[in-house]
Amino acid sequence: MFVVVVGCGRVGAQVARGLVEDGHDVNVIDQNAEALQRLGGDFPGEFIQGVALETTVLEAAGIERADAFVAATNGDNTNLVIAQIARDRYQVQCVIVRVLDPARARFYEERGLVTVCPTRTAIDRMSEALRAFATADGEDA
Amino acid sequence: MYAVIVGGGKVGANVGRALLRMGHEVSIVEARPSRFATLETEFEHIARYGDGTEIFVLEAAGMARADVCIAVTGDDEDNIIIGQVARDHFGVENVVARVNDPRNQEHFDLLGVAPTVCATESILSLIEHEVPQHSLVHLFSLRRENLDIMEIGVVEESRADGATLGDLSMPRGTLVISVLRNRVGRVAAPDTVLVAGDQVVVIAEPGQESALMEIFASE
Repeated sequence: MFVVVVGCGRVGAQVARGLVEDGHDVNVIDQNAEALQRLGGDFPGEFIQGVALETTVLEAAGIERADAFVAATNGDNTNLVIAQIARDRYQVQCVIVRVLDPARARFYEERGLVTVCPTRTAIDRMSEALRAFATADGEDA
Repeated sequence: MYAVIVGGGKVGANVGRALLRMGHEVSIVEARPSRFATLETEFEHIARYGDGTEIFVLEAAGMARADVCIAVTGDDEDNIIIGQVARDHFGVENVVARVNDPRNQEHFDLLGVAPTVCATESILSLIEHEVPQHSLVHLFSLRRENLDIMEIGVVEESRADGATLGDLSMPRGTLVISVLRNRVGRVAAPDTVLVAGDQVVVIAEPGQESALMEIFASE
């Protein structure tokens, strides 16, 4: 499949590299030219420097023929807006959005976006680990 | 009326001041600490500190009982999200949003955040109105109502030149509402006679531009 990834930070770059390793075609957008370095020298896809809110940038990255779209910039609202643009304007079938704020993640999940909320994951994992400890500790006592 | 203004820059503060003077209840949400401090000095409890794209911040500001949400931050993506959350999460019936970059207007339209106000576009339309480069100028768009108000110059030897309004067969979905001659505007009547150099103001459903140009601006 062909994937457009927006945001070439720690998350976006690793997602892009992983997809390439799996044999998929990937283009990456980031507003910062230096972000390209995160992809490594042998990245086969295209890197487009620009603001993803601009349709010319999205189109240069090939959004019109994308099977999947990943919104992983460091701005929740930017991610939520470009994800809706990908879904509603370009009819991309699979749209995945990173949203740090759990409340906004839930709200947009209810509106049909596939949201990934690292904060929610951290809260759940930490609570789980602490509960597991408390339970084990309680059994010992 | 209760208005929640998100974004306490020049626009937000001025709108807030005006609404307060009209006797309305207002909250102004501002995320930048230094700007908030300035606002608090003037507006006291009406200014609220916080990121207005966070649902809990809007909740604390009483968005659920707001009659109108005014999203006027300097970031278009923020204004879109604020508009969507206000309408769909809090059920606010009236949302007004600011478009900072006119290129983002299409995103507001696509994502259903309306009506919008864009200073750049307004200035450009004013320039067009004052110094027309084209014979058809869009003055105002009622996007949600699906209507455009535009101004068209009557060109010499066009079908409109010398015709009375009543005799002009206007395309369906268009209506001449006024005629400007020598900088004086008059409400249009069926017996108004048009002459070259007049500017007619037309209200129309979208997509009627070429039909209108044919009547008023083709020789």
